[in-house]
Amino acid sequence: MLRLFFRRLLESIPTLLILIAVTFFMMRMAPGGPFDSEKRLAPEVEANLRAAYHLDEPLWQQFGRYLWNLAQGDFGPSFQYRDRTVTELIASGFPVSLQLGGLAMLIAVVAGVALGSLAALRQNKATDYTTMAAAMTGISVPNFVLAPLLVLVFAVYLGWLPAGGLGEASLLEGGWKNLVLPVFTLALTQVAYIARLTRGSMIEVLRSNYIRTARAQGLSTLTILFRHALKPALIPVVSYLGPATAGLITGSVVIEQIFGLPGLGRYFVTGALNRDYTLVLGIVVFYGALIILFNFLVDLIYGWLDPRSRE
Amino acid sequence: MTAPVGAPLSAIAVPEAPRSLWTDAWSTLRQNRAAMAAAVILGALVLLVLVGPSLSDHRYDKPNWDEIAVPPSLTGGHLFGTDSLGRDLFTRTLMGGRLSLLVGVVSTLVSMLIGIAWGATAGFLGGRADRIMMRIVDILYALPFMFLVILLMVLFGRNILLIFVAIGACNWLDMARIVRGQTLGLKQREFIEAARVSGVKPGRIILRHIVPNLLGVVVIYVTLTIPQVILVESFLSFLGLGVQEPQTSWGVMVSDGAMDMENAPWMLVFPAAFLAVTLFCFNYLGDGLRDALDPRDRSGR
Repeated sequence: MLRLFFRRLLESIPTLLILIAVTFFMMRMAPGGPFDSEKRLAPEVEANLRAAYHLDEPLWQQFGRYLWNLAQGDFGPSFQYRDRTVTELIASGFPVSLQLGGLAMLIAVVAGVALGSLAALRQNKATDYTTMAAAMTGISVPNFVLAPLLVLVFAVYLGWLPAGGLGEASLLEGGWKNLVLPVFTLALTQVAYIARLTRGSMIEVLRSNYIRTARAQGLSTLTILFRHALKPALIPVVSYLGPATAGLITGSVVIEQIFGLPGLGRYFVTGALNRDYTLVLGIVVFYGALIILFNFLVDLIYGWLDPRSRE
Repeated sequence: MTAPVGAPLSAIAVPEAPRSLWTDAWSTLRQNRAAMAAAVILGALVLLVLVGPSLSDHRYDKPNWDEIAVPPSLTGGHLFGTDSLGRDLFTRTLMGGRLSLLVGVVSTLVSMLIGIAWGATAGFLGGRADRIMMRIVDILYALPFMFLVILLMVLFGRNILLIFVAIGACNWLDMARIVRGQTLGLKQREFIEAARVSGVKPGRIILRHIVPNLLGVVVIYVTLTIPQVILVESFLSFLGLGVQEPQTSWGVMVSDGAMDMENAPWMLVFPAAFLAVTLFCFNYLGDGLRDALDPRDRSGR
């Protein structure tokens, strides 16, 4: 177990470095720069600006400087928000995104596993077909289609929920209303995927000999489900958590845009459109590190769930 | 797929080895009503998208300032209504469909080519080369690809060729993994050994003997990749990073429609419905094909 831990830890470092390098050099090779604007800057001013941001140095030196600062937690200054650093921007946007994504992940896993298990227990019955048809719909209707439709129904026509924004109120005093639609639309696709995965693996587990033995001993369905079937049936779900995280992060870009939430996804889109190199690079690196960290944790959980995989 | 459907039992009993997989698959697929319905709807949709715009009285790209945001009507000449520039929404939806489907198919082909080449090579060579190649796939899996695609679009302009390649290049990982798994199994079979013993070069064995035997699996994953790719394209277009005016795609139309949805919900509803139905059908068809063609995944049937 300890060996697995260190091996995976060592492997994540080159992955992160590759991500940083690819993003860094891609941005520097692209035409156009952060100081392109309607009014042309005087050449001296631009030269000074470039010098201030170290853009006049050779590329490899810039890359080295970036890595060095990054190792100390400094993502550099933002080009677009002149008086703020990227670290500050990430610190202000991440809590919003984390709240959104964390809640969506929680719902996805709980609802997905519950629905999938239910469908497996009622295999080839009406409940099964309904649940799986609903899951297919969840996979097929993109969140950016669902989100405006839900806003139209619940915010515009019915007026039950706000159409967007975070609001002033804290979560418990009505602030949660702002999160209902975004979290729901973000979670739905993942609920559907997890439900399908759980159903498939649960059906296989329920067919195995030891479950039949448990049944023969007269254990109740619920006991069998929770005590014996759930852990092995969760293995494919756990290995899907990595891609699920990536999916949630990607989805949050659109969801934050639609609902006007000041999270990292929104900073990313505005940053990309304004060629705010350091901001975009910072967010990619930050999210990349987060995904890699998550995959690392998933690998460890996987090793715990499935002893065969430890070798 | 031209196997004798509904042939008498005696005809099926004749050992016709190379065809049996497809004959079997076809009969399984025919019994799957959801998948067959999906296939029929998709066929109709493709036909409509290809032929429809040229039969329409309206051009998809010509604004008409006298007919802005006309609601849909059966008799008014605009079946789906018009958009905020007075362009016929029916024609535009079909033109958008052309582009969305085109991106879906072309990008999937790109990802298929990369995936097959990578997976078959890794699986066939085995040993160290296999380990390194699959490790690279694992590493790439951990990267937030969507962000890189968004960056590419922003940095290098919204060029349709770039959309094809960028999306395709980001979706080959699943294909590579699956193809490798299949190749590992195929490699052990006698006919591959026979080819090797008679001195056929590895590259040729892969092309002539491995790849044709992968077709079943490839067909499944192509069907399942197309909706994913369509989704990515509409996602980009929704953010304003996809195709540009006057060209359109379903993602662009959903994005435009969402802005006007309080006054003109039809601008959102029609393209959204087309997009959702298309994705739905591809997913159902892919699921059906998987049940029919993939011997490993028989669980739950």
